[in-house]
Amino acid sequence: MKKKLLSAVIAGFMAATPVMAELTFSSLSYRTGAYGNNGIPSADGFIDYFTLLQERDGGIGGESIRMIECETAYNTEKGVECYEATKGEGVLAYSPLSTGITYQLIPKVTADGIALHTMGYGRTSAKNGQIFRNVFNFPANYWDGASVGIKHLLDINGGDIKGKKIALVYHNSAYGKEPIRTLEELSKKHGYELTLLPVDHPGQEQKSQWLQIRREKPDYVLMWGWGVMNPVAIQEAVNIRYPMENFIGVWWSGSENDVLPAGDKATGYKALAFHAVNSDFPVFDDIQKFVVDRGKAAGAGDNIGTVLYNRGMYNAMLISEAAKTAQAITGKSNISQLDMIKGFEALEMTEEKMAALGLAGFGPSFKVSCENHGGDGMVAVAQWDAGAGKWSIVSDYQASDMSVLQPLIDADSGAFAAENKLSPNCD
Amino acid sequence: MPDQLVYAMEVFLNGLMAGVLYALVALGFVLIYKASGIFNYAQGVMALFAAMTLVGVMEGQVPFSHLINAILGTKVHHFGWHLPAFIGIVSTVVVMVVLAWLVQRIIFKHLVGQEPIILFMATIGLAYFMEGFGDMMWGSEIKKLDVGLPQGINLWIDETTYNIFDYGFFIDNLDIFATIIAAILVGGLVIFSQYTKQGRAMRAVADDHQAALSVGVSLNFIWIMVWSVAGFVALVAGIMWGTKSGVQFSLSLIALKALPVLMLGGFTSIPGAIVGGLIIGVGEKLFEFTVGPLIGGATENWFAYVLALLVLVFRPQGLFGEKIIERV
Amino acid sequence: MFYREAGDFSKTYREDSQTFPIRFDRYRYYAVLLIAFAIIPFLLNDYWINAIFLPFLIYSIAAIGLNILVGYCGQVSLGTGGFMAVGAYATYKLMTSFPEVSMVVHILLAGGITAFVGVLFGLPSLRIKGFYLAVATLAAQFFLVWLFNRVPWFYNNSASGQINSPERTFFGIPITGANTEPWAVYLFCLVFVALSAVVARNLTRGAMGRKWMAIRDMDIAAEIIGVNPLTAKLSAFAISSFFVGVSGALFFSVYLGAVEVGEVFGINKSFLVLFMIIIGGLGSIFGSFAGAAFLVLLPVLLKNVLVTGLGWPTDIAAHLEFMIVGALIIVFLIMEPHGIAQLWRIAKEKLRLWPFPH
Repeated sequence: MKKKLLSAVIAGFMAATPVMAELTFSSLSYRTGAYGNNGIPSADGFIDYFTLLQERDGGIGGESIRMIECETAYNTEKGVECYEATKGEGVLAYSPLSTGITYQLIPKVTADGIALHTMGYGRTSAKNGQIFRNVFNFPANYWDGASVGIKHLLDINGGDIKGKKIALVYHNSAYGKEPIRTLEELSKKHGYELTLLPVDHPGQEQKSQWLQIRREKPDYVLMWGWGVMNPVAIQEAVNIRYPMENFIGVWWSGSENDVLPAGDKATGYKALAFHAVNSDFPVFDDIQKFVVDRGKAAGAGDNIGTVLYNRGMYNAMLISEAAKTAQAITGKSNISQLDMIKGFEALEMTEEKMAALGLAGFGPSFKVSCENHGGDGMVAVAQWDAGAGKWSIVSDYQASDMSVLQPLIDADSGAFAAENKLSPNCD
Repeated sequence: MPDQLVYAMEVFLNGLMAGVLYALVALGFVLIYKASGIFNYAQGVMALFAAMTLVGVMEGQVPFSHLINAILGTKVHHFGWHLPAFIGIVSTVVVMVVLAWLVQRIIFKHLVGQEPIILFMATIGLAYFMEGFGDMMWGSEIKKLDVGLPQGINLWIDETTYNIFDYGFFIDNLDIFATIIAAILVGGLVIFSQYTKQGRAMRAVADDHQAALSVGVSLNFIWIMVWSVAGFVALVAGIMWGTKSGVQFSLSLIALKALPVLMLGGFTSIPGAIVGGLIIGVGEKLFEFTVGPLIGGATENWFAYVLALLVLVFRPQGLFGEKIIERV
Repeated sequence: MFYREAGDFSKTYREDSQTFPIRFDRYRYYAVLLIAFAIIPFLLNDYWINAIFLPFLIYSIAAIGLNILVGYCGQVSLGTGGFMAVGAYATYKLMTSFPEVSMVVHILLAGGITAFVGVLFGLPSLRIKGFYLAVATLAAQFFLVWLFNRVPWFYNNSASGQINSPERTFFGIPITGANTEPWAVYLFCLVFVALSAVVARNLTRGAMGRKWMAIRDMDIAAEIIGVNPLTAKLSAFAISSFFVGVSGALFFSVYLGAVEVGEVFGINKSFLVLFMIIIGGLGSIFGSFAGAAFLVLLPVLLKNVLVTGLGWPTDIAAHLEFMIVGALIIVFLIMEPHGIAQLWRIAKEKLRLWPFPH
């Protein structure tokens, strides 16, 4: 939470405050560095939601909320340092918003017994909760996204995309490579031709890749980008006059930051989504009233209701609901880190719960279990309208093709289990 | 004409354009190295800072707004005006001159006569400082830079080549503009250094500091002038790249693209920077086009360096650099 | 008063030519070793180990390696990140292919493989000098990162391209993976650091070091008096890459545990290690340690003071950190261009006279 610097300095000189019972959460965010532009709204949404709970409800289940923010600059070593510095403070869940840092933290949180919630990113096979006991990635993961992206293409092509050419423009890192295996399996199943076009960090120069797209004229282009790669890609697509409705990005490539620089011509660009992309929800009025008007907004207040802000808020909501579930199961309000893991594993998101929070229909309903830490993979497609300046969901939520994904998940989690001598269990 | 050959021509032309953009960044390095022997690692960050200042002035941003808001609890962000690009550019040039003066006064005056690696290290420190300072002053969100440069495919070229080759070439308008501006800039720099008194003084300083001092050239003044000109070149480079990809942190990484250009062309030659840029641009894009698909793509990052390395093995001072004479 | 040579006689040639001929130096060295080996392991917790000591120890080894190449032999290299990646991936392949073999063997072998790669990329140094060589080593940096990203064999065909360090034990105590004890990991790395420092110090004190310094100071003159530039430069690259490879191996297997090559071993890593040796002092083993300590501790200290202590917003603190680090580097270079090691030498000189003024 933002405090005035002066008062913070004075407070710093005062004696240590007495220890109060409270629930501690942390935001491992990146407001600087190459990806800071996207990290800022995500972190703002995350922190604002917890501030809202504190201001409006007095915390969760009567317990006050303490938020520790730590700057990682998307850097793995800083991520480790932030984790080590904060885990002793009793942080109940970590969401580092970075696939690289997630891979780092998975063995550490397993050894330390702290929950790791990586929704829509991180290690996809963490869906297999029998191996990854503390890692949760509901409601959807990258492979779900790739599968539903292909399903969407099947839908608009009457169920047959045999012989079509699909190009994947991806960030040349662990994050960008995630969907490749799934897309290759799906290409065997559905008969399309997949072209892979890697883009090196930071992705400022994509002329070669887009010239290739212009030459080869693939029917559809999928994008797995982050940071500056997104707006540059969309600008290049506009420059080569690629039809925008055939250009679909993953949810990390579908925010206002990415499409606004290209202007009006970016209309029609699509992106995958696993939650609502606009601000027509009662919870935003609450945020305005309890957080912004009281001067406690984490950011400048200009990104409320944007896609990434919503995602941060959704993440915070899921974590706080898991905390409430943990309180309900254990019967005590001052839950420990181990209780929180149980809370995550018993979490059930229903329409009624979301409506009660002012978020009716914000995301899919799902139930977490030991075998399935990843939700049901319900993903929809959103589209950008540059004239109106907003995103809107243009397809129904669809489940991913588990017949293709389940073997891949089993193989990857099996490899992790073999490397680390774990066996599936549900204790 | 066979398809691949036509595509190769298109890639070749785009490579030339990309090379011009690299050369723009490399020019700043060459200027400072020639005059003071300092390899200015901060050139990329200077380009970023210049672009951020330009956007900040044009959009009427309050400098240090985040810090002010944090200390005083206010919510100021913008002054509310929108200035035209010309005024923005002039103000930014003034800021870069002040920066050059400060850098010379505070840093390099005290480091006269040190080894090149110490000076290089000082510029790295400067780069760190300016990065933090720039972010503190203008914020680290991505900003759109629009000085009126056209973007998008050049339709005339598209149609003409379609008529000739049955395939319309894609040449970005922005790249054509950048080429023209770079040509004007280089021409201006060459005229300046050959035909004006200050330019001759600059070349004298580049040749031999002591000798220049002895004929009455003020080293300090020349160095400030060189840093200012390099700052102006950084501003131009920042505008070109910022228009393409928005003004944000990664803009400072374009300096890495300029290094192979410098290796190839030689650290001390302005035409070398241009020719080196063109060769690197064309080589990189053609390699990606021909060999890239066979080895998995994304070769642009390293091929430029390998190409420059190969040239250096045969000509250790670069294509146009001064021959390295060592006295034993 | 304390730091005197008076009364300190050597009775054998062996005593006379030891690394620390002055008794005070020797005892100080033993004291440091005692504290490092016997006292600090009891004071550690997870945070100190993971945020401060392990990075310091591991970067010290890399700094020693790079100092040999840049400080002693004068060949500026910016490929450190790429070579650390070679060490890391070599360790990964060895660990997964030969799980029963001890970690020590793996790490040393990884260092050897990196030495070989280092010689390969060091060949241009025979023709290219100065800053041109620095930029040429960037070719190594970018190519190696691309290679490890592109060829699936290096990361055992995993879907994401990340490599993870499986758990390995050393005499029954886990030293990699997540279940390690802070003291075990610390001691493991400390042994490597101590051995590296001893080896490096003796190499640089001996004939090989003198050849390197001759090449650094004036390579044509060195060639004239009979120093073979080929063997001298390539040996510098080989030995330097060995240390850097060991450092990369430890960085991956013991410290981070999971690595994505583009982000962890990118060009920032190369610049970071170069800063360490320049600030610490070129051509000095102590300088490598000092520089590593400075650049590891400073950001952590700043973060703790600004964010935890004063409660400032994290992004302002991060920007301020950049500004302070940059300003400190510049101030340092203006005050003492030869680095912390030079300050240390001056301090020792003054200490020898203390309490007398001259």
